[in-house]
Amino acid sequence: MEKIEFKTKLKRVIKAGFFNFWRSGYISFASILVMIITLSVIGGVIFIGAVLNITMAELRNKVDINVYFITTAPENDILSLKTKIETLPEVSSVEYINREQALDNFRLRHENDQITIQALEELGDNPLGAVLNIKAKEPSQYEGIANFLNEENILSSQGQKIIDKINYFENRTAIDKLSRIVNSVENLGLVTSLALVIVSIIITFNTVRLTIYISREEISVMQLVGASKNYVKGPFVATGILVGLISGLVTTILFFPICYWLGNTTQNFFIGLNVFDYYIGNFFQIAFIIIFSGVAIGAVSSFLAVRKYLKL
Amino acid sequence: MSITFDNVSKKYNNDYVALDEVSFVIKPNEFVSIVGPSGAGKTTLLRMLLAEERPTHGRVLLHDIDIHLLSGKDINFVRRKIGAVFQDFRLLPHKNVYENIAFAMEAAGRPDEEIESDVPHVLELVDLGSKIWNFPHELSGGEKQRVAIARAIVNQPDIIIADEPTGNLDPVNTYDIVQILKKINNLGTTVILTTHNKGVIDSIGRRVITIQDGRIVRDDMTGKYIL
Repeated sequence: MEKIEFKTKLKRVIKAGFFNFWRSGYISFASILVMIITLSVIGGVIFIGAVLNITMAELRNKVDINVYFITTAPENDILSLKTKIETLPEVSSVEYINREQALDNFRLRHENDQITIQALEELGDNPLGAVLNIKAKEPSQYEGIANFLNEENILSSQGQKIIDKINYFENRTAIDKLSRIVNSVENLGLVTSLALVIVSIIITFNTVRLTIYISREEISVMQLVGASKNYVKGPFVATGILVGLISGLVTTILFFPICYWLGNTTQNFFIGLNVFDYYIGNFFQIAFIIIFSGVAIGAVSSFLAVRKYLKL
Repeated sequence: MSITFDNVSKKYNNDYVALDEVSFVIKPNEFVSIVGPSGAGKTTLLRMLLAEERPTHGRVLLHDIDIHLLSGKDINFVRRKIGAVFQDFRLLPHKNVYENIAFAMEAAGRPDEEIESDVPHVLELVDLGSKIWNFPHELSGGEKQRVAIARAIVNQPDIIIADEPTGNLDPVNTYDIVQILKKINNLGTTVILTTHNKGVIDSIGRRVITIQDGRIVRDDMTGKYIL
């Protein structure tokens, strides 16, 4: 008996896999549909992850502690306090707003409120103190920063108390709640998407298993004419890979109109993220993940399913 | 290649005895018919030869190799030396006639050029050259069985096993199939045939082994169908 090359074997396996796919048209079509759903779930999880991440980051950015100083607080003292706060490990940034800026901001905010502006004019002097806006790295760290500011008896060089108030203690419940929500949304998102992905992979796996179950007689005949295990497995795995590849391509194409349609909605609903732009921007990574998942799921589930019907 | 069944027994679930201490030798190039009522153990016997089942006791030897001591890989080699034909044809439904036969050659690792030249040739031998591109569902029972025979002989096996090959066929096709088996035998291949068909056995006029309740009750060199 002559030995044939690996290349010839591979060619035969791929050809048989393709014919297998083509000739059991309806079954292949059904597998592709199920696989598309799974890959869409995986793709959806990527988008949900991105939306969550960006939204959470935005929300975190919106939380800060404002330290209001008395109007007579010397700027030098405030700036030296700023430097001190910046050295704290929990702090991500500190912004200094001097009295004039605070006044400008106030004017801007109350542009359409004539009475307030009038009252301000009548005061003559600038009633607003300077402000430090402090941002922490994690929402849960605000308490520590606030406590630091409270405990440090912050006095000016003349020994005078310069902090008027720290708004953390007023915002505390809101900040606490938000940090809890941020954490649970992230955890819940992770668990839910994992569960969804696992469930859909199991469904695809079972569909592939059913298609191979239909071929179990064929598998035994192949073995009966002396085909080796790998030679029986090969074409089924090739079919699985083909199903995964086609499903992956169709899914990435389907994501264009879907993301386009969802784009404006998400931009308004979530803070500033347009999923269509996100998809375009990360197209190669996302397409790779989806197509690779399809191929991997197709190959592994076919491999495991055929193995079940192989004897010897 | 001679075949030896040495004191072979097969018990299912420890009490039902399918074969009971069966011993016989088939010499190379013999044409042996195995007859007996349904459930006598004919198919079990053939399945053991294909290593689809293991004997509870005893040995099945091909030449001088106990095939039930072989690894899965070596069993594949043995199977390529044995062509099998069944009552229910067992063709691959998604492959056409050409591919069904080519598959057996591919499984045996034969190169493409040989496949391309041998498949049409073997189909001519079973008189089915015109249906080479048809799928099994487009063929009649007799045609399917001829494809199965072509597949069984294409690797030039030493032994052909035919398990009730005419069970689903009309008399004309039955006659044709038996003629093909005889022709294969004349070309130098051992043929083992099981059948219920008295006419088939009587027309062959070769060795007949009669099995009843898992035991050999007759073994005649030019047997008739006697039950």
